[in-house]
Amino acid sequence: MTTAMLKVDNLVTHYGAIQALNDVSLEVSQGEIVTLVGSNGAGKTTLLMSICGDPLPTSGTVRFDGKEVQGLPTSQIMRSGLSVVPEGRRIFTGMTVEENLSMGGYYRSKVEIAESTEHVLTLFPRLKERFNQRGGTMSGGEQQMLAIARALMSRPRLLLLDEPSLGLAPIIIAQIFEIIQKLREEQGTTIFLVEQNAHKALSIADRGYVLEHGRVVLSDTGQALLANDEVRRAYLGG
Amino acid sequence: MEAPLYFLQQVINGLTIGSTYALIAIGYTMVYGIIGMINFAHGEIYMIATYVAFIVIAGLSMMGIDSTIFLMVAALIVAIIVASAHAFAVERVAYRPVRGSKRLIALISAIGMSIFLQNYMLLAQGSRDKAIGNILPGGWHFSGGDFTVVLSYMQVIIFAVTLISMLLLAAFISRSKLGRACRACSQDRGMANLLGINTDLVISMTFVIGAALAAVAGLLLGMYYGVVNPYIGFLAGLKAFTAAVLGGIGSIPGAVLGGLLLGVAEALTGGYLSTEYNDVVSFGLLILILLFRPWGILGKPEVEKI
Ligand SMILES: Nc1ncnc2c1ncn2[C@@H]1O[C@H](COP(=O)(O)OP(=O)(O)OP(=O)(O)O)[C@@H](O)[C@H]1O
Ligand SMILES: [Mg+2]
Repeated sequence: MTTAMLKVDNLVTHYGAIQALNDVSLEVSQGEIVTLVGSNGAGKTTLLMSICGDPLPTSGTVRFDGKEVQGLPTSQIMRSGLSVVPEGRRIFTGMTVEENLSMGGYYRSKVEIAESTEHVLTLFPRLKERFNQRGGTMSGGEQQMLAIARALMSRPRLLLLDEPSLGLAPIIIAQIFEIIQKLREEQGTTIFLVEQNAHKALSIADRGYVLEHGRVVLSDTGQALLANDEVRRAYLGG
Repeated sequence: MEAPLYFLQQVINGLTIGSTYALIAIGYTMVYGIIGMINFAHGEIYMIATYVAFIVIAGLSMMGIDSTIFLMVAALIVAIIVASAHAFAVERVAYRPVRGSKRLIALISAIGMSIFLQNYMLLAQGSRDKAIGNILPGGWHFSGGDFTVVLSYMQVIIFAVTLISMLLLAAFISRSKLGRACRACSQDRGMANLLGINTDLVISMTFVIGAALAAVAGLLLGMYYGVVNPYIGFLAGLKAFTAAVLGGIGSIPGAVLGGLLLGVAEALTGGYLSTEYNDVVSFGLLILILLFRPWGILGKPEVEKI
């Protein structure tokens, strides 16, 4: 039996008195693409961020590589081999592409940063042209690419992505999904993808979870969820 | 000939004081930029640094050392270390535990720290003025007609040391890893955390850097005026805070510009009206800027960070 790379058990998270996650359990194995779908306010972002310890979950466990990480400071969790492309990208708008990337590899050596920079620039040639441009002056698609590239600077084994396709043109969305698959194929990066674009996400995913009102209500392979009537009705427009 | 020379003299004097305001103001602005609070104990850090510089200069002089450059360098190093250690401790003890709670709580903690540090120096050093002799006398004189403009060596040193400090800071902020992390934290601290950056450490370093610059100001202004007492931090802190707001709180170039402008405004007031109006002008400027352009000269109007 292989142990899951990421294993979440009975996770509960509150915002003050509001309970946003209710007893969520899921797992992601090495090399998988797993997606989490759900409507607005279902708690997808909360789940992803709770894994990173921001917000701090109220109870439950989060294991990464078999080691419990819940309760550790966020910066420490994020040094253990995972990174996140958060909702809304959150690139440093006042910093150049180069500076943003260097922040992504903050705790690594100069040589490693140079190597990773080269690597992400081949994945996103567009960023090479914009290398000394300020993040805030780039287009939405470029910013999303920068956010992904920044997350890759630490050479994560697990990449968490929160709605990377939000607000982007179809052609850019296609590029981003292509990159996500390429990362898994070429680097063996494990992917946990939160998406509202359920159709696209489920078609590239090995497995998927459906979140409603802070609970996991369904989980199956990507293909099975695509064919599932309930999922079709609720998330795929019929 | 007299009028323009007299004006020039006021501007020189104003830039001298303004440089030191700028050095202190940077500490306010950097801390505000990164955690959104006004560190009201910062003026006290400057006061402590001035004492330390005096003690080092007086002590070494008593031991027979009279090289000005040696005295200044020694005083500077010790003042920076002591001031930084105090600022580091203040952040750990008084600010970190209340970070994330309401702004008013942090503000009260800062005011409490300010009162504490003032009284702590009062107990250690007494309330009376301490003085040191001028270890860098003399200067250049330019006379024209019946007015002589004086540019003292001390003033030149103040300009030079301030300039060097600013250049070092600029290089640190734009090039070094930690300096970049400071900028990243002031834009989005949560995101910096999510990249594995230990933002607590970055915050500590921000306090230390601010304190080091205040220590530079402490030595320079202390030598310029020649006296220190436990109350000097209050007014200097308030002036530097005004400078930071004037330039745009959160903006480092703004703090420098604000400091210089404030220094010149005060000197001109003192030179043409009366030095008694200096504070009126400074705080009048503060009120005007808060009323009409609260984001300052170089700051950007933005939604307030809460
Ligand atoms: N910082 C917060 N404070 C209070 N409540 C919050 C906070 N963040 C989220 N919530 C609430 O928690 C619930 C889950 O929000 P979350 O952002 O996780 O949803 P989501 O599934 O990511 O939605 P979307 O698809 O719109 O991004 C929502 O009801 C939301 O209002
Ligand atoms: Mg969300």
